[in-house]
Amino acid sequence: MTEHAIIMRAVNKYYGAYHALVDIDLTVTRGERIVICGPSGSGKSTLIRTINQLEPIESGTIIVDGVELTAGGENVARVRQDVGMVFQSFNLFPHMTVLENCVLAPMKTRKIPRAEAEATARKYLERVRIPEQADKYPAQLSGGQQQRVAIARALCMKPRIMLFDEPTSALDPEMVKEVLDTMIDLAREGMTMLCVTHEMDFARAVADRVIFMDKGVIVEENAPDQFFGNPQNERLQNFLGQIA
Amino acid sequence: MIREFSSADLMFIVSAVRWTLILSGIAFLGGALGGLAVALARTAQGRLRRRIAAGFIQVFQGTPLLMQLFLVYFGLAVVGLPIDPLLAAAVALTLHASAYLGEIWRGAIEAVPPGQTEAATALSLSYKDRMRHVVLPQAMRLATAPTVGFLVQLIKGTSLASIIGFTELTRAGQIINNATFKPFLVFGTVAALYFVLCWPLSLLARRMEARMRLAVTR
Repeated sequence: MTEHAIIMRAVNKYYGAYHALVDIDLTVTRGERIVICGPSGSGKSTLIRTINQLEPIESGTIIVDGVELTAGGENVARVRQDVGMVFQSFNLFPHMTVLENCVLAPMKTRKIPRAEAEATARKYLERVRIPEQADKYPAQLSGGQQQRVAIARALCMKPRIMLFDEPTSALDPEMVKEVLDTMIDLAREGMTMLCVTHEMDFARAVADRVIFMDKGVIVEENAPDQFFGNPQNERLQNFLGQIA
Repeated sequence: MIREFSSADLMFIVSAVRWTLILSGIAFLGGALGGLAVALARTAQGRLRRRIAAGFIQVFQGTPLLMQLFLVYFGLAVVGLPIDPLLAAAVALTLHASAYLGEIWRGAIEAVPPGQTEAATALSLSYKDRMRHVVLPQAMRLATAPTVGFLVQLIKGTSLASIIGFTELTRAGQIINNATFKPFLVFGTVAALYFVLCWPLSLLARRMEARMRLAVTR
């Protein structure tokens, strides 16, 4: 077992002629919490989506938990079992109850018996503080509750790495905090996390490192106090000026 | 030698309904299996499979059902099978239904938000599990009403099998008309029987559509 959770080397990604990721080099240590920010279209979502191969890459190397991703289909399935993902639009399965959402993947891909999968699911629903919603359908929950279910659903696979793709961007303001609190809990427990978010208070509170992307390039990366207190790059200074 | 239209003639026509139903049933079940395969191929990653399925749909939607019946009917002899009207009608209508259901279900599969597939993929579910547990159950809800609607078309479409000599409802009507020469009475009866078969299904489709709208707006 390596100490590196994720290694990306010279990763390039194109959408047709558009160069979405340009020579990305990124190493994430086990247990590290990273926040990625940048203007829309800067490639930050694309970057984290390459880690579980929701987006295939054109060139470069991605190694997740010591497993090289670019090698072929079999590795992709292994990596996806260990990498949880939370989406901006929750993407819960609307035709299943909260509990069924949580047990589907553990039962199908990890072959865990139903009783055990349900026990695990209830434990994680407890942790995201909505155990009483287990038998409801997603449409019966608020946005914040749905997103916490999505986090619990990902955790049920017992991932080693969690990816968050703008998890609070689709939420009403009063629900942002409950989701961020859940994420902060997770960070405190030592989960390796990569979060694309514009919640700069969250970045200050939990991030070990903040990354700023623009036009597919990692422009600047630093510890939060340096990143916010002493930004070097002009584009980052502009960006921080706009969102502050 | 023209005789009167008797109750025996009426019974002959009514009992031919079962062949219309059998033919519709075979075509619908066969078409459901074929249509699922076509819909999955149409929405698959592989370009070749998508092209083949698209070509299949275009051929069967772009030619008259009657020509398809003729080609299968006479084609059976070419490939050395016995010329059997039921077999020919069943094969032709199955292919026809496969193309139409395939296209309906492709649309339904594509109407399931891509985020659903992404979330399932991120959870490491295999293609089979993604389809079976996540995408198809949602697509099925969208597809039920148009599928029942197509079933109505299919039942009416079986009347063309009369032309290759399969004695279903329409052909039974022709036979009786040839003997009694009461076309308005005979074909009026035939039409009424089709209506009795199709109308409840149309109502069902409409009710399903209304329920769909409710579910979507919820």
